[in-house]
Amino acid sequence: MKLIFERSVPGRRCYILPKCDVPFEDIPDDMKRQKALRLPELSEVDISRHYTTLNKQVFGVNCGFYPLGSCTMKYNPAVHEEIVGFPGFQAIHPLQPDHTVQGCLKAIELLKVRLCELLGMDSMTFQPAAGAHGEFTGILLIKAYLRDHGGEARDKIIVPDSAHGTNPATANMCGYKVVNIPSAPDGSVDLDALRAAVGPDTAGLMLTNPNTLGMFDKNILEITNIVHEAGGLCYYDGANMNAIMGTVRPGDMGFDVIHLNLHKTFSTPHGGGGPGSGAVGVKEILVDYLPGKDTVKENGEFVLKEPPKSIGSVRSFNGNFLVYLRALAYVLSLGGKGLHEASQNAVLNANYLRVLLKPHCRTSNEGICMHEFVLTIEDLHKKYGVSASDIAKGMLDCGVHPPTMYFPLIVDEALMFEPTETETKEVLDESAEAIIGLLKQAATDPEALHKAPVTTPVGRPDEVTAARSPIIRYMDFDA
Amino acid sequence: MSSYVPSTEEQRLEMLKAVGVSSFEDLYADVPEGMRLKEGDLKLPDGMSEMEMLAKMKELAAENKIFSSIFRGAGAYNHYIPSVVKRVTAKEEFVTAYTPYQAEISQGVLQSIFEYQTMICELTGMEASNASVYDGASAAAEAVAMCRDRRRNKVLISGASNPEVIKVVKTYCFGSGVECVIIPAKEGKTDIAALKDALDETVAGVYVHQPSFYGVLEDCSAIADVTHEAGALFIMGINPIVASVVKSPAECGADIAVGEGQPLGMPMAFGGPYLGFMACREKLQRKLPGRIVGQTTDDAGRRCFVLTLQAREQHIRREKASSNICSNEALCALTAAVYMGTMGPNGLREVANQCYAKAHYLATQITEIPGFSLVYPGSFFNEFVTTCPGCTDELLSALEEKDILGGLPVEEGILWCATELNSKEQIDGLVSAIKEVFGK
Repeated sequence: MKLIFERSVPGRRCYILPKCDVPFEDIPDDMKRQKALRLPELSEVDISRHYTTLNKQVFGVNCGFYPLGSCTMKYNPAVHEEIVGFPGFQAIHPLQPDHTVQGCLKAIELLKVRLCELLGMDSMTFQPAAGAHGEFTGILLIKAYLRDHGGEARDKIIVPDSAHGTNPATANMCGYKVVNIPSAPDGSVDLDALRAAVGPDTAGLMLTNPNTLGMFDKNILEITNIVHEAGGLCYYDGANMNAIMGTVRPGDMGFDVIHLNLHKTFSTPHGGGGPGSGAVGVKEILVDYLPGKDTVKENGEFVLKEPPKSIGSVRSFNGNFLVYLRALAYVLSLGGKGLHEASQNAVLNANYLRVLLKPHCRTSNEGICMHEFVLTIEDLHKKYGVSASDIAKGMLDCGVHPPTMYFPLIVDEALMFEPTETETKEVLDESAEAIIGLLKQAATDPEALHKAPVTTPVGRPDEVTAARSPIIRYMDFDA
Repeated sequence: MSSYVPSTEEQRLEMLKAVGVSSFEDLYADVPEGMRLKEGDLKLPDGMSEMEMLAKMKELAAENKIFSSIFRGAGAYNHYIPSVVKRVTAKEEFVTAYTPYQAEISQGVLQSIFEYQTMICELTGMEASNASVYDGASAAAEAVAMCRDRRRNKVLISGASNPEVIKVVKTYCFGSGVECVIIPAKEGKTDIAALKDALDETVAGVYVHQPSFYGVLEDCSAIADVTHEAGALFIMGINPIVASVVKSPAECGADIAVGEGQPLGMPMAFGGPYLGFMACREKLQRKLPGRIVGQTTDDAGRRCFVLTLQAREQHIRREKASSNICSNEALCALTAAVYMGTMGPNGLREVANQCYAKAHYLATQITEIPGFSLVYPGSFFNEFVTTCPGCTDELLSALEEKDILGGLPVEEGILWCATELNSKEQIDGLVSAIKEVFGK
């Protein structure tokens, strides 16, 4: 595909702006930019065709099965895109007076109330722009709380070795030392290891439940108790929330603070990498510390108010408004029963796919899983030299988006599948058949799998050269 | 009412049976009985049909006031968004794809990010750009983290920066333990003498935004010089529209360039989603946070693109990573690239020139009204502060009744903003509305 710069023709343009209707004013000479601005010069039809060409080489949820583990690639309802296009949401300046943005404030309040009920939390902020940003916010809340309650010397965050990489990275960003604790063989928290790890230096624990192996940790109350008794707080990584809506609430498991990935569980589209929204819910003890501004009702009208002990702001203004507005649309459409039904079917679909694949490949755990499960290709790798990556690349030739590869780190040659509730039985049957075909091919023709994919626009990229001699911008302007 | 679950009742039973359980409840056997919700425990209303939900959302949208003329900026700007930008960025694949982990089926996203990175490098004059961060404020905070080293743990922030940015940088510093010092503004811009006094061998970086929060053009070359003399790095924030016509961060000598990308084709949308852009000198590129796309070849020697330099990132470095970012603002980065491609170099400069001309026309007209004068003496771009001879709230309410969103009240008066969307007629209308309030 041509780069947009390779389509550029000097003198070509789009016709967008009217002539300026006020006198021209010249920028002071000593302030002027000297270097030429080498943006492409294109007509509108060039733009349209260039991006149509690019868009053909993008795999969206609308293209096919997307069982990317931990990413919850469920269908993104079409009506949400219509709603975010309303001028009454698009044309609103973030610093308009409160009485002129009652619709926005009501939307925030409504979403806050509904999600708090679903999570068992007392309040919420929508300022964080992504899941990792929500984690950062949550750990800062814990830090601020401990500072005010004689816990300033607490400098350690406990993270199980099965955790998402963002957990330890978040703790580090917040100035904490990370204590990695090993998981029990089934992926659950090793209670003895946890008891040994907590102490007067414990600030908190970061945990996802169900864990990254897709298992619900039965000991969850004991886990949060151990941390609380040691004087720490408990952080819930909500990446796996799609498993449990309507069945159990993080607040009832003993968590003090939680982030949600609204771009996962609440079906806002992921845009090829973002924008997301990492809403953070908290229990009463942390409400006064929330960042940004909170919606408060005064004299029958909503106003934005900074919480009294706010940690500050993690992003400008009110966060990714149009993203969490879609989440509100989703919550309104589904209601309590629909959200419950979504989670139940996410778990059912994962288990159904698991039993279809199980006779052909080992899973990390025996028995019922939650919304995702992990296959290990270790045996095929040892016997035939076929890796998890080879199987994933083979799936590309079958029109199925591969699962998450090599995660969690505690499973060798891991492939993590999360089918979500919006897939049909037919899709699961067909995809399972394709994957089983690949698993069988590992024994009969491993060489072919090493070469996969062969039907995609490009083959496997040379990642080593890309990292060793990085070319991260176009430079042949004069060619 | 709808959960977008496609399987029928019959299929669900069939699947439950295949799994070896008889009900959904059985799937949750690991959840301890005591914490499991029972029918009716959750106080959430029933769902709605698409028609009902749409009506509800329309009702909410109608409770927001859409102003027909907007003279407020302060970090979010009302620019024209070409139709082709909206159409291109609404394509379903672009909208619904995840991060392009599988390069072979994601060349469209990867190439669009590579093109975006190139455009940001062109705009800022820098050699390396990442694929975006959350917004301009968090970009500034991430840039601060890039500057820090073992001996230098202090950052100086110009007090003439956007208060939202200052607040976010301070909050990030509360986390990281970096000492954050605000250098009070002088005459609506950075006090270079005070900055020089505060610089020493413990300072890692200095952050200044072009133009200042008050619209005043900063002497960023001089700021770069004093910063470098002390051995610190210069983080230059810049409005991307302004960057097309004033000295770029590279021309000023900046080490890192950051900014809010919202003016490049994103609606104000009550604050987001927006776009944080980040670019730097080549020597710092391995310190950039977030995704970066690089060019390489596939096994048949074809040019292709891939996520690269991943050894910097959280999924590899875990607790050693200095940033935890994974999701970014990819669709907003795409929007910015389509916008810059549509406007082209001349179109983008024309937007900048019109913003500049309209703001200066507006300033001339307003300052002819008795009691309104420019608060700061320096050259400004498309925002400026005037005094207000009476009650600011009274003036802004009167303007609101005429469907005009006036400037932002600030301590020194009112911070006004004009863009290419403010016609001469709108500006003249604003001026006569002000005259109506504060006598002739």
